[in-house]
Amino acid sequence: MSALFAAFSDRTWLWFAAALYFIGFAQGTVSLLRGGRPAGSATYALIAIGYVLQLVGLGIRGRAVGGCPLGNTFEIFQFTAWSAITLYLVVGLTFRNSLLGYFTSCLTAALTVISLAIPAWDATTRTHIFSANPWIELHAALAVFSYGVFALLALTSVMFLLRNYSLKSKRLGGWFSFLPSILDLDHIGVRLLGAGMAILTLSLGIISAFWLRDPSSASVSKVLFAFVVWAVSLLVFALRLRGVLLTKRFAWACLALFAGALVSLVAVDRSRHPLPPKPVAVSLP
Amino acid sequence: MSTDGLFVIGATHHRAPLAVREKLSLSADGAAALRVELAQIAGLKEFAVLSTCNRVEFYGVGANGDTAARVTAAFCARQQFDAAEFEKFRLNLRGREAVQHLLEVSSGLDSQMVGETEIFGQVKDAYAEAQARGSTGPVLNRVFQKGFQAAKHVRTHTAITTGQVSVANVAVDLALTIFGALKQTRILLLGAGEIGEKTAKAFQSRGAAALTVASRRFERAMELASALGASAMPFEQREARLAEFDVVVCATSAPDVVVSHAVTRAAMQKRPARPLFFIDQALPRDVDPAVSEIQNVFLYNLDDLAKIADENRAAREAEIAKCRTIVAEKADNLWRQVAPQIEALGAVAPLAPSVRHEEPA
Repeated sequence: MSALFAAFSDRTWLWFAAALYFIGFAQGTVSLLRGGRPAGSATYALIAIGYVLQLVGLGIRGRAVGGCPLGNTFEIFQFTAWSAITLYLVVGLTFRNSLLGYFTSCLTAALTVISLAIPAWDATTRTHIFSANPWIELHAALAVFSYGVFALLALTSVMFLLRNYSLKSKRLGGWFSFLPSILDLDHIGVRLLGAGMAILTLSLGIISAFWLRDPSSASVSKVLFAFVVWAVSLLVFALRLRGVLLTKRFAWACLALFAGALVSLVAVDRSRHPLPPKPVAVSLP
Repeated sequence: MSTDGLFVIGATHHRAPLAVREKLSLSADGAAALRVELAQIAGLKEFAVLSTCNRVEFYGVGANGDTAARVTAAFCARQQFDAAEFEKFRLNLRGREAVQHLLEVSSGLDSQMVGETEIFGQVKDAYAEAQARGSTGPVLNRVFQKGFQAAKHVRTHTAITTGQVSVANVAVDLALTIFGALKQTRILLLGAGEIGEKTAKAFQSRGAAALTVASRRFERAMELASALGASAMPFEQREARLAEFDVVVCATSAPDVVVSHAVTRAAMQKRPARPLFFIDQALPRDVDPAVSEIQNVFLYNLDDLAKIADENRAAREAEIAKCRTIVAEKADNLWRQVAPQIEALGAVAPLAPSVRHEEPA
């Protein structure tokens, strides 16, 4: 088995995965353009296989870097996409909505293909992710996983906005007919936000414990960005529960939260310093 | 036996007007008695009776050419319907055409409301009844069973059953689009007329349990509520209690608006996170059109519902040609399988004695 994994590089496995996500997206688009429903089971299968291939690619990368592969923008995008799919594979089974699979394949294809297509994102070797402490690695993994949850939340928010538009404008035919009910989308949005916030809280709890004891264990800017995202998610969640932020406004707020989380990831990544170049063995004449 | 031995005779909504179908309609007792009579017909080896409000059809396998005529005669005699008159409306198909007809009926292609699925259950019931009474054999068993498979194929591989085509069912579909399920959905019916009642029944048939009726005549509201197994509410309480409901079906004959923008806004302040769906079937309209501007409030009037129903109907009709191609292909395959069986049946004994001597239920 290990020989099979070694047959291709980590990036090749990730290309395979991205290709499957893209095929899922393309197949769904063709179905929708033909006026049909995206094949839920086919999309689910494509995403599931892509997920396994991506796991292999990330696993090879993780072995190479000796930890969770979150060392540069490329890896962060890959891990975020992988986290979103992890959740989709669970939610998709109960949600049983082919359009969620379609949107997930669209988002993950975009995240993975873009990250693979920009070599600069994977060219720089950064400092090892948050030191070699496994707890801090767990914090990072949980934080990025929560961003994956926010990615899925962003998808359900888009679906909510589309459903709201279709009901208000009385355009219910075509692919609008494949959207879930507006109340289901709202409930799922609240649950996803709660889950993402809980995971992020856990992640920040871990880093806080270390940071308070040793402020040098993580940079202030990194912790600050993470806390801003957490605070915004908490605010959105509280306003939703209090009935202040509802329907369209809640959906837009969730989209803004995901956009903010992505921006914070880039900012966190830039706050790290490149590793000094590895010494190259030079044979003298 | 000729392969024409497989036949279907009867009368359907295509040729027989409602007044004729009323006379030809078989009661449960009448159908049972007729089955006993049909079982006495010499040469009728297999048969099944399909009786719905839009059709009465006899599917049979006969040993000789006049078997179908005998079935017709027995039916007309039982219904006291002039046989010569019946000829004007009679459906009479043989062999492969009979097979194709059954497939079209089962898949809803031959229905008055194209694509409706109720007929599938009715054909299944007719077959189950015939099978239970021992009046089917190898030919009809195969034709019906394969027919069900073909109907399922048509339903799942085309859009023939997509979208509702009646205004009441369109309203229910919309409610499902908003709430996902109707079990926990609280429905208020304003007005106790026929239209409102029809819509309320459509909601109940799709799982709605919490229904309240309010009418300007409270006695009428009580009466309808009792008939529907719902609760009644004084009409005057509609504004104060609006926030309690998720779906409001408006079908009064009131000359003015009965649900205003201000009242709806106040109700939504009490339940901002839960959608409120107005189905305004009244003319003049019962609900102020401005309520649709309120967040989480959805308003559909009679024209909106009719437009959706029309679009769905057009979409179904656009699928008919595709469905007929599939059905024709399936009918060809099925006919190739049953034709030799019909030929072989020439030597088979007629119906079992147990069927012959069965008394009507």
